[in-house]
Amino acid sequence: MGKKRYCMPDPQAAITDELLMQHINRGSRVIDLGCGDGRLLEKLRDDHGCSVQGVELDLSEIYTCISRGVSAIFMDLDQGLSTIPDDAFDIAVLSQTLQQVRHPAAVLSEMLRISRRALVVVPNFAHWRIRQQVVISGRTPVTQALPYSWYNTPNLHFMSMADFRELAGRLNVRIVHEIPIIAGRSRRRAWLPNIRAESLFYILERGNVDDSSDSA
Amino acid sequence: MANDDSEFIPDENSIGFVETQHATLFEAPNELCLESGVRFGPIDVAYETYGTLSPEKDNAIFVCHALTGDAHVAGWHDGKTKKPGWWNDFIGPGKGLDTNKYFVICANVLSGCTGTTGPSSIDPKSGKQYGLNFPFITVGDIVKVHSALVEHLGIKKLLAVIGGSLGGMQVLEWAARFPDQMAAVVCLAAAAKLSAQGIAFNVVGRRAIFTDPKFNRGEYYDDPEGPRFGLALARMVAHITYLSDVSIEDKFGRRLQNSGQFKYTLDQETEFQVGSYLHYQGKRFVERFDANSYVCLTHAMDYFDLAEEHGSIRAALEKSNANFLLASYTSDWLFTTAQSLELVSELVKGKRNVSFVELTSSKGHDAFLLEIEPLEQLVRPLLERTRLEIVAERQDKTAGSSGGKHDG
Repeated sequence: MGKKRYCMPDPQAAITDELLMQHINRGSRVIDLGCGDGRLLEKLRDDHGCSVQGVELDLSEIYTCISRGVSAIFMDLDQGLSTIPDDAFDIAVLSQTLQQVRHPAAVLSEMLRISRRALVVVPNFAHWRIRQQVVISGRTPVTQALPYSWYNTPNLHFMSMADFRELAGRLNVRIVHEIPIIAGRSRRRAWLPNIRAESLFYILERGNVDDSSDSA
Repeated sequence: MANDDSEFIPDENSIGFVETQHATLFEAPNELCLESGVRFGPIDVAYETYGTLSPEKDNAIFVCHALTGDAHVAGWHDGKTKKPGWWNDFIGPGKGLDTNKYFVICANVLSGCTGTTGPSSIDPKSGKQYGLNFPFITVGDIVKVHSALVEHLGIKKLLAVIGGSLGGMQVLEWAARFPDQMAAVVCLAAAAKLSAQGIAFNVVGRRAIFTDPKFNRGEYYDDPEGPRFGLALARMVAHITYLSDVSIEDKFGRRLQNSGQFKYTLDQETEFQVGSYLHYQGKRFVERFDANSYVCLTHAMDYFDLAEEHGSIRAALEKSNANFLLASYTSDWLFTTAQSLELVSELVKGKRNVSFVELTSSKGHDAFLLEIEPLEQLVRPLLERTRLEIVAERQDKTAGSSGGKHDG
């Protein structure tokens, strides 16, 4: 056990897709930022009757999207989303990507500019096994799907549940739901979520202009 | 390889020998009402087709050519001219526009000079070439003729329209004017309007033609020379806009044409390789292009403004349910990525199906003609998917009308 390092959950996990789908109303207009091969959007279109749009940086993934009939736009989230008009979508999805962008706060703000609601899945770097890994073996976390070391990881930022709440407050973003994902399952009322959750699923909306303290 | 004297045989992967066909449209009393208000007809249209039209007529792709292109987009006209059609690498059996699957059409544009009625055609009223008496033509007018040709060929709905540069402008205009006539729209290295910088280069090109003493206000058809210096100069300037700084540097650098050393003589006009290349391009262009057509078509390009014409880009394109696919090239400074993104933004606003890619290339604006492999990767899935959607839609319709009976 001592040698095996804790792995973060697979960002491609179907479990996340299911969770996201549960929180997207039928017929919504949805944009998936970092849509990959368009699998989630295809499901949303076919099963939920959603009108969908992908954004992706990898050309080969875009070609796969197109072959599925999922429209995708080549765009680097770090360059901003200025191409996407204000309020163009009901829901913007960002799954396991926020930790990889250069300016997470800017991306969150942009998401809530282009859509009414944002669904965000982030890894919780305060999970007890990571804490243990850091404290006992003195090693930084490694993810399963992205098995990089600290010097070549795409994960630029390490945030926890507590950190995310703080950022949401700072950006005047309302946390409508905060759902810890523990052992691959969403656990609404989990005990010690910031220690036990490997990922966190957030539903976010714009906060009121005069009230930034509202968080669930 | 064949000798220069003997006729050569096109390679197996090409469409082989092809012929230009002709159709006469807009005959009296159904003349085309041009945007300038003039009624114009009849119009001869030169076009080529490759591949076979399916019995359902659902596999037709229309290629819109750019400023100085023509209907001869693939294959060879005879065994003597070694140069194939201008997009030969992209169109043919197993290629990006796969002629084993699709029926590809390309027509010379209205006011062109390779078979379709243009300023060098004979005006039936005067018995002489139109010259600058040819009416002012817009991209909208060009598209109306394309659209009529498609109808003439008995095709209700194209699988796709595809084009780059001025061809891309035609594609957009077509989607705006006849939104139900295509299932997919592929717009390469184009924009909703030509930039002021682009207009500026066209102005210089026309200036070169107009100031050529042999231009004679467009009446030069009896003169064996005509405004060839002006037209060549227009082409030289325009050609620079089709390249990038990197591609010119890679191709020529500062290399000299004939020796490794400067001659320090003022009477030698071209010493650098890039100079003789541009001269050569100008000379070759004059052999195949008409100065009055160049004047007409650059004007059409300058006038094109999708937003101005239809209220907004969104209003222009939101009537179309087509799958939109746009591509720009990193080193293209004539039609920039920002201009493509403007279109993307408006299409998203209009809730259209829009995909966009920025392709990396050092080839400048001409990349859409030269970088065939990325283009194939991009276009193939779109065409296949769109074809599936058309077939599914048709099956839904027949299932609906026959009470859901499945009889193959």
